[in-house]
Amino acid sequence: MLGLDKGDHVTLTMDEAHPVSLLDTGVQGVIGKPLSRVDGPDKVSGAATYAAEYALDDLAYGVLVGAAIGKGRVVSIDAAAAKAMPGVIDVVTDFDTFIRVSQQGGETEAPTQGVRDIEYFGEIIAIVVAETFEAARDAAERLPVEYERGDGVFAFSMDDARDGDLPTNIVPARTEQGDIDQAMRDAAVSVDVTYTTPSQNSAAMEPHASIATWEGDSLTLYGAYQMPTSDAQQLAESLGIAADKVRIIAHFIGGGFGSKLGIAPESVAAAVAAKRLGRPVKAVMMRQQVFDATVRRSNTSQRMRLAARADGTLIGIGHETTASNLSTEDFFEPAGISTHFLYAGDNRLVSHDLVRLNWLLSGSMRAPGEAVGLLGLECAVDELAMALDIDPIELRRINEPARDPEKDVDFSSRALMPALDTGAKRFGWEQRPVRPGTRREGEWLIGMGVAAAARANMLMETSAKVAIHPDGSVTVSSAMTDIGTGSYTILTQVAAEMLGVPMDRITMELGDTNDVPAAGSGGSWGACSSGSAIYLACEALRGKLARAMDVAEAALTLKDGRAIGDNRSTPIGDLVGDGIEAIGTIKPGEQEELFTQASYGAHFAEVAVNRVTGETRVRRMLGVFAAGRILNEKTARSQCLGGMTFGIGAALTEDLIHDTRTGKLVNRDLAEYHVPVNADVPQLEVVFLPERDIHANPIHAKGIGELGICGAGAAIANAIYNATAIRVRGFPITLDKLIAALPAV
Amino acid sequence: MKFTINGRSYEAEADIRTSVLDLLREHVGLTGSKKGCDHGQCGACTVLINGRRVNSCLTLAVMHQDDEITTIEGLGTPDDLHPLQAAFVAHDGYQCGYCTPGQICSAVGMLDEAKKGWPSHVSADLEHSDLSDAEISERMSGNICRCAAYPNIVDAIREVAGRAPAGRDVAGADA
Repeated sequence: MLGLDKGDHVTLTMDEAHPVSLLDTGVQGVIGKPLSRVDGPDKVSGAATYAAEYALDDLAYGVLVGAAIGKGRVVSIDAAAAKAMPGVIDVVTDFDTFIRVSQQGGETEAPTQGVRDIEYFGEIIAIVVAETFEAARDAAERLPVEYERGDGVFAFSMDDARDGDLPTNIVPARTEQGDIDQAMRDAAVSVDVTYTTPSQNSAAMEPHASIATWEGDSLTLYGAYQMPTSDAQQLAESLGIAADKVRIIAHFIGGGFGSKLGIAPESVAAAVAAKRLGRPVKAVMMRQQVFDATVRRSNTSQRMRLAARADGTLIGIGHETTASNLSTEDFFEPAGISTHFLYAGDNRLVSHDLVRLNWLLSGSMRAPGEAVGLLGLECAVDELAMALDIDPIELRRINEPARDPEKDVDFSSRALMPALDTGAKRFGWEQRPVRPGTRREGEWLIGMGVAAAARANMLMETSAKVAIHPDGSVTVSSAMTDIGTGSYTILTQVAAEMLGVPMDRITMELGDTNDVPAAGSGGSWGACSSGSAIYLACEALRGKLARAMDVAEAALTLKDGRAIGDNRSTPIGDLVGDGIEAIGTIKPGEQEELFTQASYGAHFAEVAVNRVTGETRVRRMLGVFAAGRILNEKTARSQCLGGMTFGIGAALTEDLIHDTRTGKLVNRDLAEYHVPVNADVPQLEVVFLPERDIHANPIHAKGIGELGICGAGAAIANAIYNATAIRVRGFPITLDKLIAALPAV
Repeated sequence: MKFTINGRSYEAEADIRTSVLDLLREHVGLTGSKKGCDHGQCGACTVLINGRRVNSCLTLAVMHQDDEITTIEGLGTPDDLHPLQAAFVAHDGYQCGYCTPGQICSAVGMLDEAKKGWPSHVSADLEHSDLSDAEISERMSGNICRCAAYPNIVDAIREVAGRAPAGRDVAGADA
């Protein structure tokens, strides 16, 4: 391998638009294609290795112990009693080092540490380590712990004190423009309603898991983590060691949906125990502990105010969200994030505040902000449309802003109205009952609903290394992850298109912090950030190949592993000597300030509500999405199916219930926290609108992993209203909230 | 304890509290079967025991010494996939892949149940039920997929079951 000389590390900061993308002139013909996943055969045959599945020699099993009180102090732990049980090696506690909460994504500091004080029910206070899982589990469940109980706040109330002044979390906590109160007074028609959403859990199928193993003062952690680069920094800070002493390996992650963005308590517990015992320790959270002690999406109370003229023109939008969190944590659910730019209107107030509770940490779950914020906004818009007697799609057309309504900037691209119009036609929107509650089929009431989808687009600093070997094969490596999003496949497609190399000649090495750093998977930035880094590295390699072949770069064509130019065709392996490599790094820049960047879409839902039982069945859904270049139609569609199904859960079933005496989660497992199952999900149709976004990044793509959830639940809620003429403003819309208001049978 | 797993004999020194799932993952080294909840709620651990689908987290290994256990590894390998495994790849019947081995083992067992004429909750006729999309969805609802590849999972199973593709049956349309 040739050494890296200057110029082999290419960095692009997105300060300028990037109007030309080499992906449009590539001739390998793989970008965008609905190719099956390259890691598919391993996944379907059980050969893909997840965090808890590394067979290390001398491995000990750790089972975590959660606090059995909601607020107070640990007085003592009777380790001797547990250690007396057969097979138990040790009970490991470190009241200072153990992390009290998971860390938020992308942070480089340790999360709040210290578990002598109990701030929420289930806080991880110890790890029991044994020769077998069975022995560790038994001892952990029987571990005698003495507590001193304290007074906590275990119920959410809008009457409780709020912070009033919070630091920015993706969006500022409060922005105000004009006078919303005056606009409400001036309005011909207005809506002033409050929507509530409950705590939710990401419920990724793989529980949080870590295997920690030390070599001297260096830690290797096999972990189920979405952002290994920053997770390793968090872990190092938590353990008080240098960042370069921590390596995280996460080749396969069994889903994340935000819950694995930052390190969770099992990582530090496993690391501390492994260090103390001098042998590798595996710690897998019980499903109940995933619910109790990782992270929830906050419950919200959202006051929605919309002020309109009689013709439907919005003159005011107010979106005031109150969420909850622990007293030490500043993360607030940024529910108003897309309210900033979705509709026109001069008078605007978007605010967020927190009630402080002794409930587990609240943080990111798929589309933090939009996922619940659009339940409030898009249902309120539907209410306004009904009050105005204007079709909901037409109301959105009337209020379509030409530019960002709060900042003096243009949209980088915006296909909201094309998505609504395409969807209306395809879904048969004209067949919607104009008057709610009027269509019946036997004992079922039928209705249709619509909602806008919007998700702010993000680019994160990320690097990737691309190497071309003498045999013409290619290796791409980065600390990027694939949490089910399709990274292995779509990033292979980017490299294949850029270098004109068949997919099966490319090895994609992800999920190891020994490789160049990446922002990982979260916030829908993964494909664009890593794809752009690979693009840049490949662009540099194309230059090297052109020089080696002595042709102008623009005259070089790369296809099927060959370099073609100047009437010559050469295998690329023959042009690279001992091999060549380059690192590409993408960084966000001024483009994100100069343009409001987001992906858009439209959701349509048809529901049937049983007028005897109040049960809601989603009959069909359509999502039309525009998110820049679609890198792989098959995996992108699956991302949208997943998001839309999260929308079904949010609308109908998902509801984490806190015991108001202790904060303990009542339904902390998959039998009682109801995520949609196969029979809950009908035919879902996904349509992508062709789009390029030259302001987003060099590959002209935008995030798609979260767009599908944004607005999906609102379309269902609006369909329920259309079916029943009942407006339920407390999510999820379970049958008990409908049945009393349904017409007598 | 002695076991027959994927047609091979295994011996393991295991605690009598060991579930079939933990036997497979921690003693035999077959980690294809996944632990999602350890309470029989998610289906990620589904294996075939004497041909029937079973949540392997809910049954103790010591009870199955005379049984034939088939795991995802026994159905096919990356180079030689079972038709259902191949169909899951072709139809993108997964995303993160964690529930997938359980889905596929469950589908194998389910297709056999349907072939034997076993009815389900949504079968209109207890004697004869064709494997409609509603039947597939119902019969696969013990396997949670949080990535929500459900429509693709139904597509994959329908293809292997030899049924022509059709729109999924409309829920709530019993009138």
